Amino acid sequence: MATFSAPQIVSSRKDFDDSHTLSRYLETGGYVALKKALGMFPEKVAAEVDAASLLGRGGAGFPAGRKWSMLRRSPISYLVVNGDESEPATFKDHYLIERDPHQLIEGVVIAAYALQVSQAFIFLRGEFALGLERVQQAVNDAYAHGALGSKIFGSDFSLDIVVHPGAGAYICGEETALIEALEGKRGFPRIKPPFFPAVTGLYGEPTVVNNVETMSNLPWIVNNGGAAFAALGEGRSTGTRLFALAGRVKNPGVYEVEMVKNTFRDLIYDPQFGGGIIDDKKIKAFIPGGVSAPWFGPDLLDLPLGQDQVAEKGSMLGSGSVVVLDEDSCVVRATWRITKFFSRESCGQCTPCREGSGWIERAMYRVEHGGGRLEDLDLLLDLCDNISPGLLWPPQQTTICVLGPSIPSSVNSAISMFRNEFIAHIEHGGCPHD
Amino acid sequence: MSHFQNDLRKRAEDLVALYPVKRSAMLPLLHLAQEQDGYLSEEGITEVAELVGTSEAEVRGTAAFYDMFHLEPVGKYVVGICTNIACLLAGGEELLEHATKKLGCAVGGTSPDGLFTLEETECLADCDIAPVVQVNHRYVRTTTPDAFDAMVEEVREGKRDSDIPLHGTLIRVRRSGGLQAPREEIAAQRATAQAAREARAAKEQK
Repeated sequence: MATFSAPQIVSSRKDFDDSHTLSRYLETGGYVALKKALGMFPEKVAAEVDAASLLGRGGAGFPAGRKWSMLRRSPISYLVVNGDESEPATFKDHYLIERDPHQLIEGVVIAAYALQVSQAFIFLRGEFALGLERVQQAVNDAYAHGALGSKIFGSDFSLDIVVHPGAGAYICGEETALIEALEGKRGFPRIKPPFFPAVTGLYGEPTVVNNVETMSNLPWIVNNGGAAFAALGEGRSTGTRLFALAGRVKNPGVYEVEMVKNTFRDLIYDPQFGGGIIDDKKIKAFIPGGVSAPWFGPDLLDLPLGQDQVAEKGSMLGSGSVVVLDEDSCVVRATWRITKFFSRESCGQCTPCREGSGWIERAMYRVEHGGGRLEDLDLLLDLCDNISPGLLWPPQQTTICVLGPSIPSSVNSAISMFRNEFIAHIEHGGCPHD
Repeated sequence: MSHFQNDLRKRAEDLVALYPVKRSAMLPLLHLAQEQDGYLSEEGITEVAELVGTSEAEVRGTAAFYDMFHLEPVGKYVVGICTNIACLLAGGEELLEHATKKLGCAVGGTSPDGLFTLEETECLADCDIAPVVQVNHRYVRTTTPDAFDAMVEEVREGKRDSDIPLHGTLIRVRRSGGLQAPREEIAAQRATAQAAREARAAKEQK
């Protein structure tokens, strides 16, 4: 069933220790796509990306080509790359940033050329100290190589890239919060509408915000054509995608997999990927797309890794993170820790999220650590319902951004899938696993 | 008289010049202020406010939002241990508990010798080597109590100085290309490109 012959589009240099250097990048076909792109009309480059049907790899999965075409009506001012990867258990952008910074930069120059933007910012989360140094070094080397700066490779196109460090705030992954941080403010998401920074973005000007992995796909798309990319995968889910596999698996790691052609079972159990559960235990549940996503049970292991397929079953591929819980993992503790995360990271602008996340965390804490009451289960669901009415998927929103509506996902999943474990905790007066 | 010593003032001014709007340099400048003092001192905040052209209250209010900025002195080494979902499943809580004993301080506290400050962090995006430990935001990849202890001793003895700079130093690579963004050139290029695009679009419509 599994097909492993798909091309490695963004992780082709993973076996090289010096994959972050300019010399290795040039030896392995680096900056060829940029030269090709500079010989095409910008609209043609954008059309190739449109033809590739490249869905944004940040979490929301919005088509990159459409994001760009919104801008074509008015000249776009800035390109901002979102490298604030902070969704728990997501570490695929970390790989691309640290291990292949030139691929990222080449993608950024190609995108900037297609959009005719002359100033780009790469926003990296502050905790990526090595990543920040590697990308800055790569920017320096790209300048020296003529791939960045004035009149790139002798063309009429010029671009500057500024590497911008964040400072520790999950919310800055939300694109309007990221723009606020880039403007030197607190990372407060902006009120919508306008829904897209393409309308009002950085300094109030039209801005495109794209994810690191989205950018990293562009050199391959220019080299091979949008049609070749679209030929991979199936339906709306084209190309390959990086999956960050973590939790109770033998070989956690980042794996590039063709969309739809492989299943969660392949990813978790195949020896080329996860290699199965530690100590060959049974799988209890898995989180398919970051902790903002509703959980799946073992019955959905054979679901293909595709955007629509996962959405149909009431969850999302989201950030490309897959976390595996085994038969001994405590789902109550896992849920409590996830709610603690959201409580810490809520920016505090909206009451349902700010107050709700803390209240939910305290209720989860007492269920896990002793002092929980049976009525806490109803209380938890009621609190979740107040943040996201109806507990639907995709979630209803009472807040400025989607952090709030992400909180109920794990709580609702855990209580509906493992109610008995919650009751066992309450009757036991704490965690039976301790 | 500048509070930023050595080349820090020059680096700070270069940073401000990179952005179309001065205030955008806020986070990078706050990192520089931490590099100078190990935390955000009153003097550091005053200097950042002057550099970006806002009040000290604005700077302090912005800095307080972000986990990496410390408004009180911390140890020379800030040890961050993740206990979020992937690390939780790999024993992150247990390693954090062990670290409190090894360093002799509670979570959020500083060791008696003033060398280490211990923090419980959210996900640090290195989940295949869990539980994740960072020292001054450098991944040290010590997942067991024994490896953690050995790393702490190495740091104490100065054996890790080359890969773990003192707290506050975030980016050691200096920008060497495009130090002065050619704004006029960029504006002219954008106007030319826009005219060319409109001409092509008009031709297509015909």
